[in-house]
Amino acid sequence: MATAAVSPAYAPTEPTGKSGIWSWLTTVDHKRIGALYLYTSLAWFAVGGLEALIMRIQLQGPNGHVVSAQRFNELFTMHGTTMIFLVIMPLSAAFFNFLIPLQIGARDVAFPRLNAFSYWVYLFGSLFMNSSWIFGMAPNGGWFGYAPLTTMPYSPGLNIDFWMLGLQILGVSSLAAAFNFITTIINMRAPGMNLMRMPIFTWMAFIVQFLLVLAFPVITIALVFLQFDRFFGTNFYTMTQGADPLLWQHLFWIFGHPEVYILILPAFGLVSEVLPTFSRKPLFGYPVMVYSGMLIAFLGFGVWAHHMFAVGMGPIADSVFSVTTMLIAIPTGVKIFNWIFTMWGGNLRFTVAMKFAITLVALFTIGGISGVMHASPPADLQQTDTYFIVAHFHYVLVAGSLMGLWAGIYYYFPKITGRLMSESLGNWHFWLAFIGINLTFMPMHWSGLLGMPRRIYTYDAGQGWDNYNLASSLGAYIQAVAWLLGFLNIWLSRRKGKISGPNPWGAPSLEWSIPSPPPEYNFAAIPTVSSRYPLWNLGGHGAHGGSVIELSDADKPNPTHIPTAEELGIPIPYSTIKPLFVALFMTLMFGSLLLIHEDKLHLSIALVISFAFLMTVSLYAWLTSPLEPAHH
Amino acid sequence: MHAESVSAEQHHVMGEVHEHPTWKQYKWVALILTLITVGEVWVYYIPSFVAGPLFVPTLLILSAIKFVIVVMFYMHLKYDHRLFRVLFTGPLIVAMCTLLALMFLFSKLSLTR
Amino acid sequence: MATAAVTHGHPPTTTGLDHRKVAIWAFIGSECMLFASLISTYLIYKGRSVVGPFPHEACNPPLCATPLHAILNIPVTSMSTFVLLMSSLTMVLALAAVENKGKPGYEGLFGSSKLWLMATAILGTTFLGFQAFEFTSFVHEGLTIRTNLFGSSFFTLTGFHGAHVTAGVLWLLTLFAIDVKRGLGPKDALLVDISALYWHFVDVVWIAIFTLVYLIH
Repeated sequence: MATAAVSPAYAPTEPTGKSGIWSWLTTVDHKRIGALYLYTSLAWFAVGGLEALIMRIQLQGPNGHVVSAQRFNELFTMHGTTMIFLVIMPLSAAFFNFLIPLQIGARDVAFPRLNAFSYWVYLFGSLFMNSSWIFGMAPNGGWFGYAPLTTMPYSPGLNIDFWMLGLQILGVSSLAAAFNFITTIINMRAPGMNLMRMPIFTWMAFIVQFLLVLAFPVITIALVFLQFDRFFGTNFYTMTQGADPLLWQHLFWIFGHPEVYILILPAFGLVSEVLPTFSRKPLFGYPVMVYSGMLIAFLGFGVWAHHMFAVGMGPIADSVFSVTTMLIAIPTGVKIFNWIFTMWGGNLRFTVAMKFAITLVALFTIGGISGVMHASPPADLQQTDTYFIVAHFHYVLVAGSLMGLWAGIYYYFPKITGRLMSESLGNWHFWLAFIGINLTFMPMHWSGLLGMPRRIYTYDAGQGWDNYNLASSLGAYIQAVAWLLGFLNIWLSRRKGKISGPNPWGAPSLEWSIPSPPPEYNFAAIPTVSSRYPLWNLGGHGAHGGSVIELSDADKPNPTHIPTAEELGIPIPYSTIKPLFVALFMTLMFGSLLLIHEDKLHLSIALVISFAFLMTVSLYAWLTSPLEPAHH
Repeated sequence: MHAESVSAEQHHVMGEVHEHPTWKQYKWVALILTLITVGEVWVYYIPSFVAGPLFVPTLLILSAIKFVIVVMFYMHLKYDHRLFRVLFTGPLIVAMCTLLALMFLFSKLSLTR
Repeated sequence: MATAAVTHGHPPTTTGLDHRKVAIWAFIGSECMLFASLISTYLIYKGRSVVGPFPHEACNPPLCATPLHAILNIPVTSMSTFVLLMSSLTMVLALAAVENKGKPGYEGLFGSSKLWLMATAILGTTFLGFQAFEFTSFVHEGLTIRTNLFGSSFFTLTGFHGAHVTAGVLWLLTLFAIDVKRGLGPKDALLVDISALYWHFVDVVWIAIFTLVYLIH
């Protein structure tokens, strides 16, 4: 009887009717938490971009003196750490949060308060790590923090402590979120949505959660060893005591390689949503897309030492990891073909979102090609630690991941806010970004093969690198304009964008069947699903007719009322500040350890214990209070 | 909350699937665990056995048996929904393979003599 | 057909299982990787300490200031291992008592969830007592977390395990307090089940540690 709720014109107030900063601090609504992740990560994107810009100004010509060598070390460390942990992962998390419940037909995630906790830990952890700039001691050991360089004898300042503790804090955020989403996807799918009917974004997100669950504990331990060495004088990375200089590298990359699949798979998922919609065709080879994602994740745990081909592991280890690395190119390449075949013969609409998505398909491939070149140890001996590697990972992460995420932003902005982003401004954003990215990173293949090392703060003229660096810097300046236009587009469209209605793109999945923005409870009635493309009236593989979710009456000239949760009798979880407090006390607890290196051991211990106590008390309060009003 | 965990409401004769283990089975599990542990410590004190090639494999196998019966019976993985078996053995396999790989990489294990 | 009538409350879970049970197994999966990393490091560094004390061999100058015997104490640790194994039994009995409260065969002491929860907590605390005794005697014999690779990897690995046991004991005591306050019955079976799964996993990790650290040499 009741269909998905009727969509009105964009309502001037938030559907929840709650507003103000307190409502944001206490929210447990996955849609709001997703928005928080989105805006926070975009803010850090600006910071990380600024760090890159300064580096490119420094490297524009030979013998630059804009920043010192020490400052440059801080810049490339924080640029990498920020972009990976504070931008790409949280941008992906924004989409996990916002989309997963909507795509599977659920009202929220399995553990709403834990969800809020994950966000607040991310925010406080990011602020903690970046507070180091204020003290003039930003992390400076590279985003991968190799020990023993990062041990006390070689890094006596607080820089590495900020990095180490910051990452531990952020790890908690990711792990908690992973448990949440695993449970949500396993346990909260709408009737009829079996696993092979889930949207590909949800599938990729599901796989990423398992990568997180398995990879983060390893870096946690690597960091614990570093913490203990730095704070308590243990010997994990102390060579004079017989420690192995490779222990850190192995532990870090056992985490680090799955991490790069954590960075790319969500973007792959978003592209897999955008391309079919704007090709008016179902995704080509859905099962293959699922299985290749699983294979990438599984194989991703077996390739890590390809980051270590230059350390002397011996021919057997080198060969094994070389083979596994080449193997993993296969499922990845398969996806590229499936996307191409999705578009082939389709009725293509080149919206801005589509352009970003197609760019990932094309430019990620370039990054993938250089990646396969690194897979050969002898070739890698030439490439490693040069700008050739920098070119590779910026192609896969910026021209790959980031492009996919921006495709998601343009595509889902209407669902999140009820308004469309400007296509004309978006086109300026897109083309400038496209040109800027290629101009920045393509020349690095050449300067790298000509021997330009990574992480150098300056270089002498006449080595053949000058023009490439100039080009890269010009590309960076163009990118700066492009990204600013992107921010501008978001800001303007939020206020004045065209009203979108529930399904401006004619997309097939469940999230497009409810109003934009969705009401607090998402679905007035949990839908029953019988196909992969519920809104396209398709059966499993083609147009066999199958039932369809009735679209809401967006075409009606007079918008009707969106029922509230109370009217529908749907219990809504209580807003609560407790997750924020647990996150805050946990961050302060970790942060207090810094005092050990300020010769204040007793104060540090006292503070750690106090904050641990406060954290435990808040946690008990959280666990003993009900999630939502009692209902029958 | 709608889901109800499978409970050992009725005591079936042993061997029934879908019910949790009975008190009888738990007692056996505890006994076997104790016996195996006694066995492990016993062989530890036999110098000739310790020096031989069977020492390490024996201990590994004995502790693996303990591991498996605690997981299957006390954590009732044998009797619960298949999903939990997947959720546990997947990460376990990744963890063990990683450990093995590290042993080879750090020359603690070797395929050649 | 398309949509059902507006539903009140919550839809049933897709698998019929409780969220928290799914989540705890996912958590246990991550703990496998955590302890695998710790155990791997211990095994990597086995035999590579530059100075003593050593786990299974005696240590003489110049590797030690004074001659020292092998520092691991198998008899004592076997006792603590046995204690922890028995705590898994009492945990299982606690869960059975909660699930079957009031049913025939579960009257009296045997069916007392308070008894078995407290017994498990006490056994867990006893294990921790053994650990504390072990750690302090090692320190007295010259092995601290800073002394050598063995000290660092040993204390970190067993320390992490002990921290997990401690958290488990606190969890059990909380359940005990709830049982005293309002009683635990079949409707609380899931809560106790989850804590039991955590507890057994901590036991299972110790099975691995006991063999790989203490027995194998």
